[in-house]
Amino acid sequence: MKRLLRSPAGLGPVIVCLALAAPAVAQEEQSTAPYAYRQLDDPAKETKAQDLMESLRCLQCQGQSIADSDAPIAGSMRSLVRERIAAGEDPEAIRAWLIERYGDYVSYAPQLTGLTWPLFAVPAFFMLVAFLLLRRRFAGKTEDAK
Amino acid sequence: MSDTVPPRAPRWAIWLPLALFIGFFALVMIGLYRPADRNVASALVGKSMPRFDLPPALPGRPGLDSNVLANGKPHLVNVFASWCVPCRVEAPQLAELAKAGVPIEGISVRDTTENLQGFLEENGDPFQRIGADDDGKVQLALGSSGVPETYVVDGKGKIVYQHIGEIRPEHLGLLLGKLQEAQQ
Repeated sequence: MKRLLRSPAGLGPVIVCLALAAPAVAQEEQSTAPYAYRQLDDPAKETKAQDLMESLRCLQCQGQSIADSDAPIAGSMRSLVRERIAAGEDPEAIRAWLIERYGDYVSYAPQLTGLTWPLFAVPAFFMLVAFLLLRRRFAGKTEDAK
Repeated sequence: MSDTVPPRAPRWAIWLPLALFIGFFALVMIGLYRPADRNVASALVGKSMPRFDLPPALPGRPGLDSNVLANGKPHLVNVFASWCVPCRVEAPQLAELAKAGVPIEGISVRDTTENLQGFLEENGDPFQRIGADDDGKVQLALGSSGVPETYVVDGKGKIVYQHIGEIRPEHLGLLLGKLQEAQQ
């Protein structure tokens, strides 16, 4: 679809396709998973589940977390998270289980890996540079004051 | 305070903001014209199929137990649904693969029996077994992020290849090749 949208000439068929596809998509079954749209009875566990769901990516609508998304697959993922938390599983273990299947991309909480270390190191580096620059500047000021 | 002359920046520094802007602009254009691949591939390729045992999606037909996938013969596992439009597009290709003798197992995701029956009547039924994954748990266990997706599983139950999206005629050779590789 992305490719078609790029050329304006291709838009006509796309609109027709979308119009035709819409009823079919609307028929997509909502997740029948038990906890897709139902909170856990234990508020403490629900909070734990909610925290985790907000940091997991919906695989269909990729800018959203599974807590925000209404996509059926997000419903399945919410139910999976809630059921496992209800069973006493640690949230990070559930995250690890999903990362094992979908890679780091499924998690919004970046893990420290060979690829992501600059994410953590660069801000620290800039803080250090800023500290050195400021120290030089302030040191200069006090000298001037003398 | 006003007496101190701030240290002068070197002359070339005047170009720095422009250079930064051009760099940023180039980055945006690259991202715009060569967008990153947003398909989420399963991280299970090269690993063994997770264990599952799905109930039959259709009355009178077998469900799908993952043990079947380790019976010594390579299989295709097709993750599909009646509500999925590209699944209709790949139906002729699946039929062709079935005709070539490839065992195709289906996992029907978040579907109903009536809809599935209608879909198979309309588009043909290349499946040996169809498991009903009503809550989508097995789909998640497979690392599948949408439908249709097709996994090539070798005779020992190891996932050797994942095809994301519909199988178009030009993909048949590739899939048959992967199946042949899996046989060895």
